[in-house]
Amino acid sequence: MTLIQLLLSIFLLFALSRVILRFRGGQLSPLEFAFWSILFVAAIFGIFLPEQTSQLAKILGIGRGADLVVYVSIVIIFYLVFRLYIMIENLRHEITEIVRKIALENVIKSKTKK
Amino acid sequence: MPKILVVIPAFNEQATLLSVLSDVLKNIPADVLVVNDGSSDSTKDIALKNNVFVVSHVANRGLGAALGTGFEFARKRDYDILVTFDADGQHTSKDALKLIRTIDKGRADVAIGSRLLTKTAMPLDRKVLNYLSDLLTYIFYGVWTTDSQSGLRAFNKEAISEIKIMTDRMEVSSEFFREIKRNHLTFKEVAIQAIYTDYSLSKGQDKKGNWNALSIGVKMLLRLFS
Repeated sequence: MTLIQLLLSIFLLFALSRVILRFRGGQLSPLEFAFWSILFVAAIFGIFLPEQTSQLAKILGIGRGADLVVYVSIVIIFYLVFRLYIMIENLRHEITEIVRKIALENVIKSKTKK
Repeated sequence: MPKILVVIPAFNEQATLLSVLSDVLKNIPADVLVVNDGSSDSTKDIALKNNVFVVSHVANRGLGAALGTGFEFARKRDYDILVTFDADGQHTSKDALKLIRTIDKGRADVAIGSRLLTKTAMPLDRKVLNYLSDLLTYIFYGVWTTDSQSGLRAFNKEAISEIKIMTDRMEVSSEFFREIKRNHLTFKEVAIQAIYTDYSLSKGQDKKGNWNALSIGVKMLLRLFS
């Protein structure tokens, strides 16, 4: 086992443990739990079985397994960033709805000066 | 006599709000609603000294959110005509009355004051940015306008009830055109004056430059895919 394999797998196991904890705590839905655990387990497999990723890469027409991992990761990261962007937009909108509701419940009509 | 509401979105406008309110209250036979969008200055106090309705956002939510609150207010209280009017002193009540007449006579569902139908002293960088916003508005929403970023608008009852504002920030100006198209509303541009002062110039766009307009363009692009 090389040092990088050791460090990465320790980190991934840590990440996996968080996923399980969050799922148990109810912050992750079953689907989200499945997505993140599959992602991290696949990463652990990739670290210890680099030949398999290389074979997969060759089938797909990419030279090295490591390249395949990087390409796939970037695509996933971009998609997740996009999802986050949408989620933040929705949150903002919901905040506005609340702020608006409070504002409209407190209409002030002032007639001190004509 | 139609029931008219003038909505003035205001975020930290203490320098100009009083003169804007005096002009509007004196010349337009309408109720006035100041939407205080989480101002940290005395905007709210100034508004309260006048014969107007005041609602306050507890946090700053942006121009679109403030206008959305104005629309909701108009729907709840059954107004016939809604006018949006900037608080920075850029508009005149005379022009607002022109828009109101256009709506009142049934010439359109929505009337938008265009600063570019007459020769105005709009600074060149503003003209270029305005043109680009118009182009984007056309590409995204299929409506050609000479002033997509105008803040002076009037809406009839149908428009008030149909228009749904989704965006909280400055993109709202373009969003109105999407809503016009989506709801098959008719719209008419009316030539208005634009009064540019250093103050109003510093408000609409970012003080450091025109980055705001760029970010609006990017957000409109992103929204296409969301």
